[in-house]
This record gives sequence, C-alpha cells and structure tokens, in this order.
Amino acid sequence: MWRSTFSLQASRGVAALKNELLQSRSFIRGMKTVTLIPGDGIGPEISEAVMKIFQVAEVPVEWEERNVTAIQGPGGKWMIPSDAKESMDKTKLGLKGPLKTPIAAGHPSMNLLLRKTFDLYANVRPCVSLEGYDTPYTDVNLVTIRENTEGEYSGIEHVIVDGVVQSIKLITEQASQRIAEYAFEYAKNNQRTSVTAVHKANIMRMSDGLFLRKCREAAEKHKDIKFTEMYLDTVCLNMVQDPSQFDVLVMPNLYGDILSDLCAGLIGGLGVTPSGNIGAQGVAIFESVHGTAPDIAGKDLANPTALLLSAIMMLRHMGLHKHAQKIETACFNTIQDKTVLTKDLGGKAKCSEFTKEICQRVRDLE
Amino acid sequence: MAAHSAVFSASRIINPLWGRHLGNAVKVFGTTLTSHRNKTLHVPPPAKYGGRHTVTLIPGDGIGPELLSHVREVFRFSCVPVDFEVVHVDSALEAEDDIENAITAIRRNGVALKGNIETKHTMPPSVKSRNNLLRTSLDLYANVMHCQSLPGVQTRHKNIDILIIRENTEGEYSSLEHESVSGVVECLKIITRSNSLRIAEYAFQLAREKGRRKVTAVHKANIMKLGDGLFLQCCREVASGYPDITFDSMIVDNTTMQLVSKPQQFDVMVMPNLYGNVVSNVCAGLVGGPGLVPGANYGRDYAVFETATRNTGKSVAGKNIANPTAMLLASCMMLDHLKLYSYANLIRNAVLTTMNETGLHTADLGGRGTTSEVVQSIMRVIQSKGQFTADI
Repeated sequence: MWRSTFSLQASRGVAALKNELLQSRSFIRGMKTVTLIPGDGIGPEISEAVMKIFQVAEVPVEWEERNVTAIQGPGGKWMIPSDAKESMDKTKLGLKGPLKTPIAAGHPSMNLLLRKTFDLYANVRPCVSLEGYDTPYTDVNLVTIRENTEGEYSGIEHVIVDGVVQSIKLITEQASQRIAEYAFEYAKNNQRTSVTAVHKANIMRMSDGLFLRKCREAAEKHKDIKFTEMYLDTVCLNMVQDPSQFDVLVMPNLYGDILSDLCAGLIGGLGVTPSGNIGAQGVAIFESVHGTAPDIAGKDLANPTALLLSAIMMLRHMGLHKHAQKIETACFNTIQDKTVLTKDLGGKAKCSEFTKEICQRVRDLE
Repeated sequence: MAAHSAVFSASRIINPLWGRHLGNAVKVFGTTLTSHRNKTLHVPPPAKYGGRHTVTLIPGDGIGPELLSHVREVFRFSCVPVDFEVVHVDSALEAEDDIENAITAIRRNGVALKGNIETKHTMPPSVKSRNNLLRTSLDLYANVMHCQSLPGVQTRHKNIDILIIRENTEGEYSSLEHESVSGVVECLKIITRSNSLRIAEYAFQLAREKGRRKVTAVHKANIMKLGDGLFLQCCREVASGYPDITFDSMIVDNTTMQLVSKPQQFDVMVMPNLYGNVVSNVCAGLVGGPGLVPGANYGRDYAVFETATRNTGKSVAGKNIANPTAMLLASCMMLDHLKLYSYANLIRNAVLTTMNETGLHTADLGGRGTTSEVVQSIMRVIQSKGQFTADI
C-alpha cells in the first residue's frame, strides 16, 4: 500500500521523541511534521502523488497520517478520533483530501466537525489563472478570505408558525475583528496591495454594518494597505466583467461561500483551486475542496493539482518559500506544456504519469 | 386600499410601544395577510384619462435623474401617450415622508418608473433602504430580469438567454435586525410558504407564457435546511402542476460556478431574495454590464420598472457617459405593461438597432459615445420609421 512500514515506524519514533521534548511544532533533524488526512474516494491516490512530489523536491516535511471519521464520544457528542486530534494539536499543520459527506448518517459533516474542533475561523482561497488551462478569464489573481464560523451558517432556524420559517444570521464583533485582522495580516505577508470588504450594509444595516466597522478599524491599523468596501452585487457584476481589478476580498460566511466558488469557476473549477483554513492557536489545515469522485477512485485517473496547490500554500505558510516556488513552477510548467495532462484538464494521461512529469521537472529545476 | 392603510396605522400604533422591529414584522407579514383578504376586492383601473396614461416617475440619485430625463425626451419625441408625475425622494433625510409620498403616488397611478435611491451609510441603522421599503409596501413580490446576449456587444460568453425571477419582498431583506447583547447582532431571514408558493407559481406561469422549457430553483438547502428547504419544497409542489416544464434545483455556489463556465445551460431561474441579487448581477455582467439590462418589479396591483442591477452609478453621474439602454428598455417594458405595444416595439427596435447595427457604444461597453449621442441616434432611427414624431 502507499504507507510503507519504514516511514510509519520512523514517524512513530519521531512522535515519541517529540512528546518528550516539545509540545508545539518541533524541528527534529530539521524536519517539520505535518498531519496528513488522505480522505475518501480519490483522496488516497492524490495524497500519494503529493507525497511523492515532496520527496523528489526534498521538502523537509514528515507526514503523520491519520483518518478522520465521526465517532460518538461520552454524552453522545460527535467528535473526531482522539489520535487525529492529538496529532493536529501537536503539529498544528494539516493537509486534507476530500471527505465524503454521508447523507442521513446522523452526524454532521466531517468538514463541520473539523471546523468546530479547531476553531477554523478563516477560509483562504487564492485564485490564480492557470496558463495552459484555458478559461474565458485569463487575468485572475485574487484571494478570497471568508469568515467561517458564524454569519448565515449559524444553523439556527425555527418554524415560527406553520409555513413561516426564520433563519438567524449572527454577526459578532469578536469574529468580525478576528477575520478583518487576519485579512490585513495575510495581505501584508503575501505582498498584496489592497483589501476589499464585501458586504450588503445597505440592506442589512446593523449586521453587515458591524462587520464593515470592524474592517474599517483594522484598516486604520494597516495604513500601508489600500482598503475599499463594495456591495456584494457590485462585486459579482464587476467580477464577471473584469476580475483583474480585485486583490484580497474579505467577507462574512455566506457571501464568502458564493464568491469563493464564483472565483474558483473563473479559473477552471474546484479541481484546480487550493484552499486553506486558519484556526485559533495557530492551527492551519490546507485542503482540496473538490469532491471524492467515487466514480474514478482507484483508477489512477484523478487530478492531484488542487491538493498539490494547497500543499504549496502550506509550504508558504511554513516559510519554506524556495521549495514552494520550485514545486509550483514545475506544476505550472507541466500544465502550460499541455503534453501530459489528466482527463479533467483536457488530456489523456494517468494520475501517476502526471505526477511523474512534475517530479521530472522538479529534478530539472534543481 | 383600505386594508393596506389599516396595516400602516396598526404598525404606527404598535411602533411606540414595541419599537420599530415588531412594526416592521407587521409590515412584512401584514401585506401577506391583507393580500389574501383583498383577493375578492375590485382591482383599481389604470390611471388613464383621455387616452393618456399617468405614470409615477422617481428620479432617485446618481445617474437616475439624467437617464429618466432622456426617457422623457424619447417619449415626447415619439408622441407616446404617457404623462409622468414626478416625485422626488431625498435620500439624505431620516424621515420617511418622501418615500411615503412616492408610494401613495404609485398606488394612485398603478405604474412607476424609477431610478435607484441611495442608502447612505452615515445614517443610523434605523433608517431602512428606501428602495426596499417601496418594494415591501407595495408588495412587489416578483423581480423579473431577462438576460440576453446582444449581437453588437462583445462578451466572453455567447448565446445567453436566461429569465431570472427573484422573490422580492422577504428572505434576507426582511430588515429585521437587533443587537440583543452588545457586540452580537442577529439578522432574521424569513421564508414563508405563501410567498414561496406565490413566486414559484409566477415563475412557472411566466415560463409557460414565454414558451420556456426548464425552470431551475436556486437555493442553499443543504445548510439552511428549514428555510431554503421550505422554498424548494414549494417550488416542487408548484412544478408538479406543470408537467410540460422540466424542473430542477441547484445549490447557489454551484450555480455561480456554472454561470461563469457554461451559462447556456440555464433557461428560467427562480430563487429567494439574496441569491437573486447575486445571480442577477452575475448574469448582467455576463451579457455586457449594468447598462444593458432592464428589470421589472411586479406585484398583484402595481408594477415598478427600473434597471435590473439597481445601481446609483455615482461615479459616472453628471458626465454624460452613462448607458441609457437599460433605462430605455425598462421604459419599453412599462409600455408593454400599459398595453401600448406599438410604441414599445418602436422604441425597443430603435435602441437595439443603435446598439447592434450602428455600433455606437458608451464607455461601459468600450466605446466612445456620449449618452446624448446615443439618444439622438435612437431618435433618428425612430424618425426614419416614418411615425408621427414631434420636432427634435
């Protein structure tokens, strides 16, 4: 199988050492440990592809694989398995493949459980047009930062009388402040020039008004970054006409959901879009946002680009910029070349061939 | 009429006791309740005297006044039998007298043409959006927008022909918000069975009338299970009564992704208020921008016409570069509503000829024409059709 006993034993040994020495992310022989959650469907094969590419690029990362399924703890509360939680608490970094959401399984979706367990408050999606994978939009280079814990997705709904349903959208000062601060920090750390707050404060005067106020306050503290605010409908209108005018977008939950998928659609869909979730206490989980694709699972047809780009995001988050740049260049060149592409990108190659091509380019870039 | 004023006076009595929030709730639910009782009452006849119609005109802010003056110019030139009753709404005032006057004028005339009224952020949150107030008071429950690719306009996608029907009075735009604990704001999204059934019925009727094959409901029922779940259920119920029309549903984020990659797959779309906002703006952007698409708000008794994307266009106001197409096409929709079909077709054809054949475009379409040049060109086309026209 893809997990060799040697690396498993090695990671167990490393984990034991770490537990004795340090609690937080540690450097043993210069290696950082990252929790890997392969996921379901095509998850395992694309995770293997990423591990192989990282190995060839000699990235100082060690993988600790865990599986995430919902288990019922004491008191009937649903939670993730304790070994997965321990691993994440220790490494503070995760790379996750697609997880299947079972219908009527009695428990909430795994993504929701992970989000609640680690308080993943910011969902970051950089959308950059891929050269070689042509869409009608060629000049997209923006980042959507979405508040991920409250807003319209609070899940609080009531039936007031028969035939009248009320959903509550919750906006708190604390969460809005946190996401606004993060947006400006991200812009500063990634050499971005402007942040745009997306809202509908003309209609939702108090709730989006509060969000907007917090964004304005955060903008005051970061005067070197340009701050604008724009209505959601204006953003949608301008996005499909000229996406190059946008840089970093920050917004509450629902608008973020719609806009981040809109931007993913501009560059070619969820199969080529990376995504990162930032949590409190420095936890970060990077994931591919596409589905599990059960119809092509196990057939070596999957496209590992989304997971690979998310892993590259993770490298940048860790500060390993040189490795990130190398792997990213290899990946982009492969797609631009158009000779070895998986089926969803318009080619005929297998997943393993695509991976091998990227590995070869990484070696050539040494 | 009497029922509506009863709702207003009831809310005014309740207001001092319970604050604006319950009053707003009365307005939101009140119009729904009274509209059922009004079903048997006589619908007032259109404001028509001596063969001439009277239509309320609300200039609004930004580019509204200049575009509407162009509409009046074209109407006068084409000798359209429509007189305008102009009602100004000052967006800088906190009192609601202006908008109340406008609403009364629309009740009187039955039909209105309006520009967008700005909602200033410097005002306190108790000052609600004037446009929203107008829509909910008059119970203009259906917002209809027809997005069509025009041959003369360069866009990334071709052959788009989507009819969007958006619920216009409830959903996220209920304006019911409160701060129960300092720093925590709750905003209520209301979905009712009766309004969802009403909009679904409207959508399917319109689809059948226009010979459309497929209706897609846009929702987020995987997250908002009760709210959007109710909406979806109502759409399905209504769909079962129209076996000749295919019905399917799509989650809103997938919808936006599909719209930017393959918009040709959509035919008629029906959705609640906020998703309607997003989808209609995306579609307007796909066919060429906010200057091209007209929108209509229909209620049981009243109809208000405006541009589909409802922009004030402050950045282009007063510079003679705004695109008059959307407002002129909206006025043609209004003429259709008043059953003045020949005038509607005359002006619409002139506008489309100028857009597609002469190639005179304003700045938003990448051209260099001014608003007045485009309007002059439209009037020349109207004159060339040999109709009786006034002097230029």
